[in-house]
Amino acid sequence: MKKVKADPKGVLTGSHYLDGDYALAEGALAAGCRFFAGYPITPSTETAERFSERIPMVGGVFIQMEDELASIAALIGAAWGGKKSMTVTSGPGFSLMMENIGLACMLETPLVIANVQRGGPSTGLPTLTGQQDMMQVKWGSHGDYKIIALSPDSPQECFDLTIEAFNLSEIYRVPTFVMTDECVGHMHEKVVIPPAEEIELVERKWYSGPKNEYLPFKPDKDMVPFMVKVGDGYHFHITGLTHDEHGYPVINAECQDVCVRHLNDKITNNADKIIRIEEDQIDTAEIVVISYGITSRVTTRAVRKAREAGIKVGTIRLITVWPFPEKRIKELAKKVKAFVVPEINYGQVVHEVERSAAGQAPAILVPHCGGWVHDPDDILKAIKEAAK
Amino acid sequence: MKEEDRLEERNPIEDLLRMDRIPHIWCPGCGIGTVVTSFAEALRKSKIDLDKVAILSGIGCTGRVAGYIKLDSIHTTHGRAIPVATGLKLANPDLKVVVFSGDGDIAGIGGNHFIHAARRNMDLIIICVNNFNYAMTGGQVAPTTPIGGNASTAPYGNFEYPFSLPYLAEACGATYVARWTALHLRRVTKSIQEAFKKRGFSFIEVITPCVTLYARRNRLGDGLNLLKYYYEKSEIQHGADTRTLDISYQGKLIVGKFVDKEKPTFLDCMNEHLAKVLGDKYQLYGVNNE
Repeated sequence: MKKVKADPKGVLTGSHYLDGDYALAEGALAAGCRFFAGYPITPSTETAERFSERIPMVGGVFIQMEDELASIAALIGAAWGGKKSMTVTSGPGFSLMMENIGLACMLETPLVIANVQRGGPSTGLPTLTGQQDMMQVKWGSHGDYKIIALSPDSPQECFDLTIEAFNLSEIYRVPTFVMTDECVGHMHEKVVIPPAEEIELVERKWYSGPKNEYLPFKPDKDMVPFMVKVGDGYHFHITGLTHDEHGYPVINAECQDVCVRHLNDKITNNADKIIRIEEDQIDTAEIVVISYGITSRVTTRAVRKAREAGIKVGTIRLITVWPFPEKRIKELAKKVKAFVVPEINYGQVVHEVERSAAGQAPAILVPHCGGWVHDPDDILKAIKEAAK
Repeated sequence: MKEEDRLEERNPIEDLLRMDRIPHIWCPGCGIGTVVTSFAEALRKSKIDLDKVAILSGIGCTGRVAGYIKLDSIHTTHGRAIPVATGLKLANPDLKVVVFSGDGDIAGIGGNHFIHAARRNMDLIIICVNNFNYAMTGGQVAPTTPIGGNASTAPYGNFEYPFSLPYLAEACGATYVARWTALHLRRVTKSIQEAFKKRGFSFIEVITPCVTLYARRNRLGDGLNLLKYYYEKSEIQHGADTRTLDISYQGKLIVGKFVDKEKPTFLDCMNEHLAKVLGDKYQLYGVNNE
């Protein structure tokens, strides 16, 4: 993994008052993203607007495509053309992107997609918040594959985690998602952008061996294949069909087994290196509240009240949602009385907590169907009931 | 006998093919391979730097072309070759980016991408092999099937109005538009050569026989019968008004080069406009590609 410093051209060093959507764009520019293709959709549009305003002075391309199908397709082309590329969308657009998210996974293409989630299904609540695409990001395209998804809880983290998303996508050659929501997307807060020399980026894993020996899908020791770009004279082939290391289609069960296992194991086997969670007062906890994104901020108030009432509560904030920290949950499940999982949906990540706990401790969902954040008292009530 | 002595047994374009993937999947009598040969000829005659040509396909019989040509090649999803090509071209403007796909892929599922790439005058070459049906999936009706043509999902004959692809391309802003048949191989080659020299959205439609499905269902005979049909019914009319190019069932085929004009491309417009508005602050893009 070759680390490089950020190009100062894209870095707006200083202390700013930005909303989460703008911070996503600034994070992308700081990370060296020089290609953005998108389609307007509330509540994510401001990211595209910001990028389109800033990119002409940085050197790169913004293009508003005809739809989200085209946006994600263009990202794949740009990534293989050598650029770091990004798009941003929300529920309905995210659904349209699913087809080529599958292609991006199959081609092991580094790119970043931010989803500023709103209430669904369908057109749902365009202007109001939700966390209802958390399973879609994991399973939404057909077939078996694995991706990386991060969940920022503030405009500052929209900036920081977009940079991290670019780094992870380059390290693992995998589409990486910043799963924020309307609330964080439209929330204005202080965002500190450090000087370029303090922003550490990961360079693409470029191949440098003999031209005729390049294999686009031959796993390296860390399972991640080397990459080249179109135009460098390798005359390589890549396909969305099940393929061998050459990138040639091989339509049989044996090749499918190797190909699919690789796409999944590449992430699963590196999960410990990818996963980031934030824990608080876990060691003494009887109840552990697991949350992510905006819900973790609402949880803070509920947990404070619970502690005031004498309940031993710990918290886990998922910064990485996928891959899921299943080992840690499994470990804690043996010690704690219950997990409480508030999320702005009717039960998604809670299933993963339940699966990881494997019957050792119950996982109690505090649902909210979208449109607003939880009332902290609803989370408090669940904590109190769990503690009984 | 040594391999190199057996010249007569070697494919004349094998240096441009992925010979480790041959034999190909196309049926005997299919016209796609002949268009590939024309493309290879055009590459050779254009003396273009092969490292700087990329070929992309969508899905379908013609979608397999990218997998057989020894260039940087991407086999994308159904209908999405044009937007992938758009991203690739914009990321690396030094490239000549070619989309080689079928009528269903480009005009059916990918129709929206096709019209918008033409509207933007994206610097791409689109080679559309039109065999009047969805052949890979077994001969279903397509947006190009002539009225009356039989297809597996139009078992009583097609009654929908088909697209006239050159008319569509010109209306959307293409700067080069030609139509040929699989009979006009040298002309296809010449059109592709001309497109290589141009900057802008170039569209070349090639009507080809689908012997196994379209011809069989419609009892049109074999590949030779279809070439005879092209021979008898095609008429070269360079510069013809693209509004007059509708294709009726086994009817007249007007072929030729219909549009060949100059117009600034997407990147030309972007650079010119932003430089004008933003002045020195603007970082000119894609000139020497950083």
